[in-house]
Amino acid sequence: MGELSRFWRESDHRYRLVAHKCGNCDRVYFPPRDVCPTCHRESVGKMEPIDLSGKGEVVSYTVVHEAPTPFTRQKPYILAIIKLDEGPSLTGQIVDSDPEEVDMGKRVHSVFRKVAEDGKSGIIQYGYKFVLD
Amino acid sequence: MSGIVSYGSYIPKYRIRPEEIARVWGEDAEKIKNGIYVISKSVPSPDEDVATISVEAARNALKRRPINPKHIGAIYIGSESHPYAVKPTATIVASALGADFNLFSADYEFACKAGTAGMQNVKAMVDAGNISYGIAIGSDTSQGAPGDVLEYTASAGGTAFLIGGEDVIAEINHTASVTSDTPDFWRREGQPYPTHGERFTGEPAYFKHTRAAAARIMEMAGTKPEDYDYAVFHQPNGKFPTRVAKILGFREEQYKDGLLTPVIGNTYSGAMMTGLSAILDKAKSGDRILAVSFGSGAGSDGFDITVTDAIGKMDRHAAPTIQDMLDNVKWVDYSIYAKFKKKIVVGENIA
Ligand SMILES: [Zn+2]
Repeated sequence: MGELSRFWRESDHRYRLVAHKCGNCDRVYFPPRDVCPTCHRESVGKMEPIDLSGKGEVVSYTVVHEAPTPFTRQKPYILAIIKLDEGPSLTGQIVDSDPEEVDMGKRVHSVFRKVAEDGKSGIIQYGYKFVLD
Repeated sequence: MSGIVSYGSYIPKYRIRPEEIARVWGEDAEKIKNGIYVISKSVPSPDEDVATISVEAARNALKRRPINPKHIGAIYIGSESHPYAVKPTATIVASALGADFNLFSADYEFACKAGTAGMQNVKAMVDAGNISYGIAIGSDTSQGAPGDVLEYTASAGGTAFLIGGEDVIAEINHTASVTSDTPDFWRREGQPYPTHGERFTGEPAYFKHTRAAAARIMEMAGTKPEDYDYAVFHQPNGKFPTRVAKILGFREEQYKDGLLTPVIGNTYSGAMMTGLSAILDKAKSGDRILAVSFGSGAGSDGFDITVTDAIGKMDRHAAPTIQDMLDNVKWVDYSIYAKFKKKIVVGENIA
């Protein structure tokens, strides 16, 4: 149930890429942070939620051949670090492309996909992944 | 008048050809293709389902008309392949869109016409002044039993219509439905694949209801087939909608743009709505559209629609058009298809 609660709490950022922007220095944090690591106390109460566009580019990527159980039907799959246009970088799966189509610098945009299923009777977890533009 | 304020669709990228399915089951591909008029169908990726397809379709609608998601007053999702038996798809979609806590929502089910039932419901709520905007979605990842004729057509995709009272790109002038208890197609709770009552599939089900709803709409609107620029019907295969269009007196120029099943297969609850989406990709101000869905069991929802000047101001390329999604595809063979659709028995370390 710990996992279930965590996913539920994080659904805004997992479903919609909601980040926090520091009202003091304008830096954008994803996953969202309650306090800006640069401004510390200056940022308290000034962290504003913003919806990221999901647009960005591939900074680096790796092809995963030893996949955990929820990803076995997608093997080998592509895991990339994406730098979003608003500034933050995040790790995400690139789907609907073969590894040879992916390259550093390529433009991507986020999509809404199933991330994991807890067996046949548990909850389905959804979240962001990326596809090439 | 109320109507469609924006629209968006989503069709998964993967495709399979009937030749490949026929090869596995030892069927005559040419005979099947001639029987159903289908040359390919869409296949969802293992991480796609009705919730993900619905979210993508709705986001595409909001890209064409970026309204504040908090102003969406209702979300209704029609499907016969909701990911959960109990737990709504609508809540997942609402959260993914950032809709408000004060929201009317539900999942609908009526075989392939649950999405259009949602359109009627949202329009009625707009007309009654309950909401300013609502979203109706028809979406499916339908299943055909391996080796069954439905396997050649059962595909995946969906369309969302943002319906409201102002700045509509297409006014819904009239809507009407017909309903009768007909045993043409069903799936019992817990069964993975549907069953069809062969004798009832054509005339007593699809043709009777589709014809009746179309006739009723034209009577209400005082229109004749030649008054329409476009006509779109539910399309379980390529053959039925073509035949019903001809029976009603429509010409190929009127129905060809909304006929997608020959290339994407039958998207069930998404089928007629996605055909209408393809028409809206091209339509111009003043165009008149007749749209009729069909759901087994059975019933049809009809719509008389007029495209407005507002369509000229909309950037329809702000989201992928149907043509964009037909051009960007990846072909799979039956083995990959079977893996994606969970049609093979697997060991314990495979999810
Ligand atoms: Zn700061």
